[in-house]
Amino acid sequence: MVAERTLLSPEDIRRALVRIAHEIIERNKGAKDIVLVGMQTRGVPLARRLSSIIQQIEGIPIPTGSLDISLYRDDLSRRPLRPYVHPTDIPVDITDKNVVLVDDVFYTGRSIRAAMDAIMDLGRPQSIQLAVLVDRGHRELPIRADYVGKNIPTSRSEEIKVYVTEVDGEDKVTIVTSGKEGGT
Amino acid sequence: MRPIKQALQSKAADALPSLSTAVWRHHHVLDLDDFSREEIELVLDITDAMAEVLQREVKKVPTLRGKTVVTLFYEPSTRTRASFELAAKNLSADTVNLDASKSSVTKGESLLDTLRTIQALGADIIVMRHNHSGAPYVAARHINASIINAGDGWHAHPSQALLDIYTIRKHLGDLTDRKVVMIGDITHSRVARSNIWGMTTMGAKVVLCGPPTLLPCGLKEFIRRCLPSQVTVETEIEAAIRDADVVMPLRLQAERQQSGLLPSLREYIRLYQINEARLGLARPHALVMHPGPMNEGIEISPEVARSAQSVIEEQVSNGVAVRMALLYLVAGGRN
Repeated sequence: MVAERTLLSPEDIRRALVRIAHEIIERNKGAKDIVLVGMQTRGVPLARRLSSIIQQIEGIPIPTGSLDISLYRDDLSRRPLRPYVHPTDIPVDITDKNVVLVDDVFYTGRSIRAAMDAIMDLGRPQSIQLAVLVDRGHRELPIRADYVGKNIPTSRSEEIKVYVTEVDGEDKVTIVTSGKEGGT
Repeated sequence: MRPIKQALQSKAADALPSLSTAVWRHHHVLDLDDFSREEIELVLDITDAMAEVLQREVKKVPTLRGKTVVTLFYEPSTRTRASFELAAKNLSADTVNLDASKSSVTKGESLLDTLRTIQALGADIIVMRHNHSGAPYVAARHINASIINAGDGWHAHPSQALLDIYTIRKHLGDLTDRKVVMIGDITHSRVARSNIWGMTTMGAKVVLCGPPTLLPCGLKEFIRRCLPSQVTVETEIEAAIRDADVVMPLRLQAERQQSGLLPSLREYIRLYQINEARLGLARPHALVMHPGPMNEGIEISPEVARSAQSVIEEQVSNGVAVRMALLYLVAGGRN
């Protein structure tokens, strides 16, 4: 039996993003030299929202790009049958910049490992930081997030679903309980 | 025509992330006759991602690390073989190139024994070109590794057709109702055949033009039965090329004259060569394409080959990206 329960409303999401934006500015002592990189798929609109919030606060434009890690994954043969790859598009040179990766859900950490490999192939950033909307635990690699919207402890049989208006038509975060093992 | 980098950036900037539902089910890539429109579009979209990799300073991603790609060519090739090898290397695969004329094939080793040996050596993907139509199908029946057809006899050349479609889409967008004209030796052209399947699946209108001696027997019947509203045959170049969106002359082999299929090269040139005057009958934005290698002065005039409308060199560059997409898709798991 499958049950889906809403944990974050659109307002909760908005407030989390505003707080993360302030934390990014505080940590980096300003917005200069920051490049936001959203991870396909839902990290991309989240990165764009963070970019415009930071721009409103600091008054300078923040270069924002998107990254598809499909070509850097460690599980090619176990990849689902839907193998779509978006072009990676980062509009500036990332060398000496502070790259902030943006993703919707932080789980095992394998996606972030792949993202770091991808970023290193594109240049030599001064730092790579990680902002996630939801941290659901169960890390399989020694990787941590710098900025977290909400910590939601889960069991492996549960799934966190993030909906963003730009992709799904609405903003919310839900938890799905199915009683079956799953996840990446 | 916008330069490629500009076109890629504007597409990525406008596009919201999409959730493609396209599914890939091909263990082999033998021809385009069993590719749906959705599958061809999946290859084209992934080609865009690979083209972005090719614009980096370090043109490499680790996707096929640990995989072995072997090219096995029974016929000579410059662009196709190098293109597949570079595509594999850009994906960090290990590559081995076998030239049949310098292998134990010269000692009489059969195709299947050769393939079994290659598989036993650890090949995950075999890219093969053979002079017999159907050879890769035989391979696919007996070999577990993935087979990619790099050209078999007169029959098929799917990666060429895909890169042709990609090139057209890049410049002209949606292929629906576009008039694509292929001129020349259709009978002996595997490029023409795969393009017929691929371009009609994408909604284009294909015109085949050439002297009657170089149009295959049964062509009209085949069209009537399989692709009645999408393919037409013309023997007059002016009618064929008028209002075309894409003009694709095919290489004319000198041997055709020797075997009596043409009275003379001079007559072929006079009646069918794509020159500036004839190109002027096509639409102003029409693309000039050619699978290569070209016989400048025979099927295509040097002026047209170098004209601003020619995308012939770009086809070669696009070929590497398309082949990276195919290797990635085929390597991605068993069905």
